[in-house]
Amino acid sequence: MIRVTLPAHLRKLAHVDGEVKLDVEGQVTQRAVLDALEARYPMLRGTIRDQVTQKRRAFVRFFACQEDLSHEPPDAPLPDAVATGAEPLMIVGAIAGG
Amino acid sequence: MSGVRVLVGTRKGAFILTSDAKRERWDISSPHFAGWEIYHLKGSPADPNRLYASQSSSWFGQIIQRSDDGGKTWHQPGTPPGEPTTTPDGTPKGESNKFVYDTSPETGKPLTTHQWYDGTPHPWEFKRVWHLEPSLTDPDTVYAGVEDAALFRSRDGGQSWQELAGLRGHGSGPFWQPGAGGMCLHTIILDPSNRDRIFIAISSAGAFRTDDAGKTWQPINRGLHSLYIPNPTAEVGHCVHRIAMNRSRPDVLFMQKHWDVMRSDDAGESWHEISGNLPTDFGFAIDVHAHEPNTIYVVPIKSDSEHFPPDGKLRVYRSRTGGNEWEALTKGLPQNDCYVNVLRDAMAVDSVDKCGVYFGTTGGQVYASADGGDSWAPIVRDLPAVVSVEVQTLP
Repeated sequence: MIRVTLPAHLRKLAHVDGEVKLDVEGQVTQRAVLDALEARYPMLRGTIRDQVTQKRRAFVRFFACQEDLSHEPPDAPLPDAVATGAEPLMIVGAIAGG
Repeated sequence: MSGVRVLVGTRKGAFILTSDAKRERWDISSPHFAGWEIYHLKGSPADPNRLYASQSSSWFGQIIQRSDDGGKTWHQPGTPPGEPTTTPDGTPKGESNKFVYDTSPETGKPLTTHQWYDGTPHPWEFKRVWHLEPSLTDPDTVYAGVEDAALFRSRDGGQSWQELAGLRGHGSGPFWQPGAGGMCLHTIILDPSNRDRIFIAISSAGAFRTDDAGKTWQPINRGLHSLYIPNPTAEVGHCVHRIAMNRSRPDVLFMQKHWDVMRSDDAGESWHEISGNLPTDFGFAIDVHAHEPNTIYVVPIKSDSEHFPPDGKLRVYRSRTGGNEWEALTKGLPQNDCYVNVLRDAMAVDSVDKCGVYFGTTGGQVYASADGGDSWAPIVRDLPAVVSVEVQTLP
């Protein structure tokens, strides 16, 4: 079970409270987690990554285990602690605009 | 007539104001989509309970919202409230925020480049929906004007969108350039007398018209004169801010250009200036009286760098002669130390017998006049910066 935290605006769009828990088959990567997230909550398509290019939106960041994973390749394995559900993958709106 | 509904888009949410036909007392909703930029929301002329809203943010991109009950509840099209978002086999019911430029060989146009601010080529990138224009006859058909400039249409109530690629593919596309707010398609006018005719305007490419329901387009900028482009009378490149039409006279168009207020009497084939005695002919908003097709309204703004009213006086100017002769309307509007702006989509009229006129400011006020502009009062005064104002006259 993968745990994902979403920014407040996206929780509201997805009609969820608190963490999202997802089943991810195979290797646990950014892409696999986002695929599973968007399959469960299609209203989030396009809000985290571009619908066509699949590139992360510029003001969205991925953190886990006190590391910034935003610039990791989308098919790189996420930390074991995320894959085992010990730690969440945090999807965060970048602080911008003051 | 039961009343009037005013739809207000702001930098931090949408608000819906309602009143009876007297338009003296207003109920104001709590914010919808709080925290998001609402560039535009508009009701269907064919079904006043059907509303569409463009919700966007720099963080999370574009969302399309729809209401089927006059704004009481909203949902992303394809996902009715309380229902699963996917079909039993897991397929998403809708992809209402997917705006993809059409590059298919059959219907699309290759994505080349447009010009960047400095004239260098720049790739086309979807950013947001600026304007939603519901069909005059079908609640499920709605047009979207987007940045980077293109026109999309949905025929399934906003669940999916297809580009009318003939516009972006017009031969002039590589020469279009963004205005200060981005390269946006901000004006969509559907001709009530000819279902195949649509007018659109782009900052800063100019105005275009289709006479075949969007397959092909022609620029309609003859007569415009813009000193900020290399050839002031070029076919494209003009920063048109807004176009308005009275439904009873669809060949007559009024335009607020970056500078200059213009008029066309031949569906855009040619334009002539009607700025007349305005204190400044820069501005964004323009609209036409619902029952008097020669009565038009503008809000003069000092200049393209000083986006506030001249002399700190917020004045609507009205012409009852179709232009050139303008009178300042000041009763009820601040005449000292007022430095707000009125953006291009932030003025609208109702069609109550005594036409109401409405406009919103970047200071968060929405002013209304229930007497055609003779007197004004704020119907709400402390909203976030107002981006758009639309009005529904309810049956």
